[in-house]
Amino acid sequence: MSESSAPLVTMSGIDKIFFDKYANRGVDFELERGETHALLGENGAGKTTLMNVLAGIYNPDAGRIYIEGQEARFASPKDAIASGIGMVHQHFMLIPAFTVWENMILGMDSVPFVIDKRNVTAKITELSERYSLPVDPGAKVSTLSIGERQRVELLKMLYREAKVLILDEPTSVLTPRETLDFFSTLRRMTAAGHGIVLISHKIEEVLSIADRMTVLRRGERAATVKSGETRKETLVRMMMGHNPENLRRKRARFGQTVLSCENLSARGDRGAISLRGVSFDLKEGEILGVAGVAGNAQDELCETLAGLRSPDSGKIILRGENVAGMGPREFIERGVSYIPVDRTRTGLVPNMNMRENIALKKYWRKPAARGKFMLDWNFLDDLTRSLAEAYSIQTIPAESPVRALSGGNLQKLMLARELSDKPSVILAMHPVWGLDVGAAGFVRERMMEERGRGAGILFVSDDLDDLFEMSDRIMTIFEGRIMGIADNPSDFSRERIGLLMAGMAV
Amino acid sequence: MDMLISILAAAVRSGTPVLYSVAGEMLTERSGVMNLGLEGIMLLGAFAGFSVTQSTGDPAIGLAASFLSGALVTVIHAFLCVTIGANQVVSGLAMSLFGGGMSAMLGRNHIGETIKGLMPFKFPVLGSIPLIGPVFFRHDVLVYASYVLVAAMCFFIFRTRPGMNLRAIVENPRAADAMGLSVRRARYFYTLLGGGLSGLAGGYLSVVYAQMWVEGMTAGRGWIAVALVIFGIWHPLRGMLGCYLFGGIDALQMRIQAAGTSVPAPLLMMLPYLTTLCVLTFISIRKRSGALPGAPASLGVPFRREERD
Repeated sequence: MSESSAPLVTMSGIDKIFFDKYANRGVDFELERGETHALLGENGAGKTTLMNVLAGIYNPDAGRIYIEGQEARFASPKDAIASGIGMVHQHFMLIPAFTVWENMILGMDSVPFVIDKRNVTAKITELSERYSLPVDPGAKVSTLSIGERQRVELLKMLYREAKVLILDEPTSVLTPRETLDFFSTLRRMTAAGHGIVLISHKIEEVLSIADRMTVLRRGERAATVKSGETRKETLVRMMMGHNPENLRRKRARFGQTVLSCENLSARGDRGAISLRGVSFDLKEGEILGVAGVAGNAQDELCETLAGLRSPDSGKIILRGENVAGMGPREFIERGVSYIPVDRTRTGLVPNMNMRENIALKKYWRKPAARGKFMLDWNFLDDLTRSLAEAYSIQTIPAESPVRALSGGNLQKLMLARELSDKPSVILAMHPVWGLDVGAAGFVRERMMEERGRGAGILFVSDDLDDLFEMSDRIMTIFEGRIMGIADNPSDFSRERIGLLMAGMAV
Repeated sequence: MDMLISILAAAVRSGTPVLYSVAGEMLTERSGVMNLGLEGIMLLGAFAGFSVTQSTGDPAIGLAASFLSGALVTVIHAFLCVTIGANQVVSGLAMSLFGGGMSAMLGRNHIGETIKGLMPFKFPVLGSIPLIGPVFFRHDVLVYASYVLVAAMCFFIFRTRPGMNLRAIVENPRAADAMGLSVRRARYFYTLLGGGLSGLAGGYLSVVYAQMWVEGMTAGRGWIAVALVIFGIWHPLRGMLGCYLFGGIDALQMRIQAAGTSVPAPLLMMLPYLTTLCVLTFISIRKRSGALPGAPASLGVPFRREERD
């Protein structure tokens, strides 16, 4: 290995264009040996795009990449891996149906034609001991927890002798406690000479581990700073381009209970019980936050409350009436609104135009319905136009399918449809997930307005900052059970909720 | 006993052309591409095999031509599905119609002509084992080759590095790509290989099985192959079993016809297809209950690296 003085990675003037829009524009980035360099920025700032360019997944439209001073051109991820660059994506690149050791050697040409399993598992065991990343090489990935899968991803990169490890939002799937362990593993790796790029939007975490930080804003580099020389507030300003506006939050005025669950249980997609005896009340004018690591039956909870999933046992009481076992239409007609996390699968029909998407929840009743078989398109056109204006949704030709819209506009469209009927219960799953700053702020404000109007809102998120900002109460869910409910914003504590999220009783 | 042995031997003989097609389609589908054009590709392969054997007098060259023509015509399907990302069902149906029409047009002056094709021979030693010998080892070389093919496929898919890469590409193409595998190259390779094997399956029908050219002589075997891939849950051994089951029913109904019965012949000829349908229904029910593994995860879904999701 040549111990040159050149940085491990130098990227200069990187442009990447998607659909005529710059995702990255003239970005410079540098990584030294033994350094943890954080990439900060809001959703949509171009952090992941930049690193996908470094990992050979995207071809840059302009700019150069140097690895240890040598110019590199990556035609595919294979080339990047050969240059010692390994990326752990936010959505893990593992084959669930494969074992750990099979995932480990996937795509490696150096493995002999007929695989020698013992050789591979021995090397895995050696690596997992050296970096204290315990895994069972023979286990099937689909049986592993999220934290274990992350360890497999890291080991996969180490197995390929990656010098540069790119980690995309690695802590978003971890509890606060697991995050601490994870960071000590990262320190062990930098001590061994690896360079780490940490993509994140969580400033406090980044300050505790990174040596340097590069802030991206709308695809361009806003600044690169050293960790000791900056404060949180400065970074926030650099990320947003202005001082953060505080969410206007009026005093809560709670009304009657609109929704209550009693001992609600439901099965997951694989047929096993996943929601286990949940009970809680939701009042008018209240935002009840649901904290939890993704995959702890939040989906099942919301789907059951929207009538999309039949409960196994228990009651769902809407304004005094038990509606458990009824279908989604009954729930909609009783004022339940559902904002699912996957906008383009459950939320909207991407190949339909705007007014058709708006009509989806209205077509069977007046005033959208005309008689038994006809729709009042004039009414729907007018409604769509006024909603598009009120929610400032980008205008596209009336006949264009909505898949032409960006994520933020899709979310606004779905919100417009869901809120236009003045629902009394709103089930919002990660409503600001993946949105840029402006769109996220808009969504938060609309939720607050609905709260002021008197809707009861169930707000599911895995981002504690977001939950603290929005919620009147926070309940923590773990493996389908409610671990505890914090009744007062003054009781919200990161440590306490963090422990509850990990399933530890407090 | 002799009757049973002769039906079982006929099952192997009649199942083998379907088996080549099933083996090819399993490889194609395991890479993530669905090829519903098997029927058409088989017909083209059958005509190519017939016509080249007729003009060269050498069935080996004829069979090579069957394989090549199958692979060659499948380039259209691979280009549409892999490069352009077109709808694989539509493309497959078009392939099927194209192959059927093309072979009928090319062969319209040759209907009923016979050729001297591949002859069966008794396999040394193995052919003399009672029961096993007459059922499995008194056929032609392509039947023996199919045993080797199935065994090799099992070893290749489950034990070797490229086989593992193949399984990964269909389970999670994005992950496979990120690990440096070329999804596109693999899909082209296995789609063309699958097309070639289907062509060879057609060649078996004209050069070995019937030794003549008849328009539409595959009689739906290409479609049966598509169904048997599902029956075999993408495992070569189970696929082989399915082929022999189909072949066995086919052989049985021909014996019944030959023996003379009051049941109308068309009804008897329906039997193999009807059985396939029933078995498929049964398999699908068991699959729903989770007793059997499902289809490869990204089967039929085009892959584009720079598509944002």
